[in-house]
Amino acid sequence: MTAPVLEATNLSKEFPVHGRGSRGTTVKAVQNANVTLHKGSIVALVGESGSGKTTVARMLALAYPQTAGTIRLNGAEVSHARNAERSYFRQVQLIFQDPFASLNPLHKVRYTLGRALRIHQRTLRGKELEEQTLELLRKVNLTPVEQFIDKFPHELSGGQRQRIVIARALAVRPSVLLGDEPISMLDVSIRLDILNLLAKLRDEEGLALLYITHDIASARYLCDTIQVMYAGQMVEGGPRDSVIQSPKHPYTKLLLDSSPDPGRSLRSGDTGLFDVADDLGEPPNLVDPPSGCQFHPRCPFAMDECRQTFPERTEFPDGQWAHCWLHQKDRGHVLEGKP
Amino acid sequence: MLNGFLRNSKVRIGLGVFAAFLLLALLGPWFVSAVMHTTPRTIDYDALGQPPSAKHLLGTTLPGSDVLAQVIVGARGSVFVGITSAVLATVIAALVGVPSGFLGGRLDHGLTAFTNLFLTLPSFALTLIIAGYVQGAAWWVIALIIAAFEWPGGARTLRSQTMSLRGRDFTVAMRMLGESKTRLVFAEVMPHMTGIVSAMFLRACVAGVFAEAALSFLGIGTTGSVSWGTIISEAQGQSAILNGLWWWFVPPGLCIALLGTATALVNFGIDEISNPRLSAANRKLMKRFRRAARTAEPEVAR
Ligand SMILES: Nc1ncnc2c1ncn2[C@@H]1O[C@H](COP(=O)(O)OP(=O)(O)O)[C@@H](O)[C@H]1O
Ligand SMILES: [Mg+2]
Repeated sequence: MTAPVLEATNLSKEFPVHGRGSRGTTVKAVQNANVTLHKGSIVALVGESGSGKTTVARMLALAYPQTAGTIRLNGAEVSHARNAERSYFRQVQLIFQDPFASLNPLHKVRYTLGRALRIHQRTLRGKELEEQTLELLRKVNLTPVEQFIDKFPHELSGGQRQRIVIARALAVRPSVLLGDEPISMLDVSIRLDILNLLAKLRDEEGLALLYITHDIASARYLCDTIQVMYAGQMVEGGPRDSVIQSPKHPYTKLLLDSSPDPGRSLRSGDTGLFDVADDLGEPPNLVDPPSGCQFHPRCPFAMDECRQTFPERTEFPDGQWAHCWLHQKDRGHVLEGKP
Repeated sequence: MLNGFLRNSKVRIGLGVFAAFLLLALLGPWFVSAVMHTTPRTIDYDALGQPPSAKHLLGTTLPGSDVLAQVIVGARGSVFVGITSAVLATVIAALVGVPSGFLGGRLDHGLTAFTNLFLTLPSFALTLIIAGYVQGAAWWVIALIIAAFEWPGGARTLRSQTMSLRGRDFTVAMRMLGESKTRLVFAEVMPHMTGIVSAMFLRACVAGVFAEAALSFLGIGTTGSVSWGTIISEAQGQSAILNGLWWWFVPPGLCIALLGTATALVNFGIDEISNPRLSAANRKLMKRFRRAARTAEPEVAR
């Protein structure tokens, strides 16, 4: 395989907790996460709400510094110095979850995209600027482009706004796009269009994409590699089909069992679509997380080891991996049957 | 956004009153000398302390000056001091509050401590002392002193607003595009504060007018020039209340009160706009009410 574009190793983030009597305590939002993105390929990061997906994306986008771990862009370690950040932003762009919050309501599309273009092409103006702005709109299929360029965000639908957000990210000609649940706030009817747009960007522009979702069905539709996150830890990952067909972690299996059939869910119009069922129990408290594997209180196969130490990574022949004591103890076969 | 402001009737009325006073302050002295052919100090020996009449629409003071001429010319003294102090206070508030909220860190700690220091000072007492110390100061000195005690509240509001806007997705998104801090402040953050800043400005303006009136009333304001405060002060000094010369002190008092009401109206209106849930619900209710009233009317008529 070619060298990765963006590679994060052992990334951790702790947020200080504010309030009385909580001095020095932290929320362990992400622990030792690894993410590797390759050109022309989509990695899906799947996990329920609160598992730390947004925190991973924001660390990768340098919105805030990581507590521990390293980020490498094209092999070079990333620093948080001002100038280094600017050149990093040119390569890596984040698409926010909420298209209603991520566009300044006071600016027209023309301004937003124009600024994005001019930040890294300072001399761009006039006809050339207009032409490039229209080209961006064309790239995200907002046609007729002349009609959209002078609109304010409030004149656009959620899907159209999200396309503008994507266009803004594309304006700097990045090599990596980080999508933080880019379709979760959109109408069901246009989710598939946005996913197809992302797939097109991967195929035509050769972008490396991180697609974050709480819904494994959309990950199955779009991505090449899946990584599953639980309570701040990466529990399993690997090629899409292997993970979907033979999950190696009980949590992944639970997610898959409670997820609707992908074909049906992407096309049917019911609103429960893409939502992981709620019957998975309670996620742990990240201020004082359980010891060992975070999933053990909910795991039907929990053993003594699970309560004490987090398991090593087990690698499988086709590139799949998992952090689960079952494989360390050669009991992986129990996952084949019904839990 | 600005359109939204002007569509609100409270804001429109308030701003209208404000504009009227501003016009009065600008053109008043010219109007008095060119149209009324008098000055606020001209003495009419035939009418000492006379109630309103055709010749003196608002009556005369005990020494025989025309009250209307005094009120019109006094608008300049009062409003200019108010506006100057408001401009100064707003600029200082923005210069302290916005960087403090946007940049955070040690600068924020320093500026917040500085603001709090001013906030806890007994401002009017100190204004009084300083104004008394620089006896007979020019009007702009008075404005400067008032502004010095007017800005801290605004700085605190702007700091917290800036902090919240700095963390909003659209600002973060532009920052992660590589936008400079200056542009983030001026293009992404500040435009969202026009409502607050204009409300702040008007409030500071009226506070300035009040403070000026209070200082003049106590006899330590500007000397020589006429303002609403000096008129009331003179009326008080010559026992206008005891002698029943109400036309002497009521008009300048009303002007001050009207200006205060205008600010309150604008502030209510801005509140309504920036709290859309409240206003939308209100508007919907009002519409339904009006429609109900309209449909009910013919039935009653029948
Ligand atoms: N800025 C922050 N300050 C404190 N805690 C945070 C912050 N951002 C996220 N968290 C906490 O980190 C955990 C993971 O959050 P997040 O990354 O948003 O999860 P997800 O995107 O998967 O829903 C949550 O428990 C959340 O409360
Ligand atoms: Mg999230």
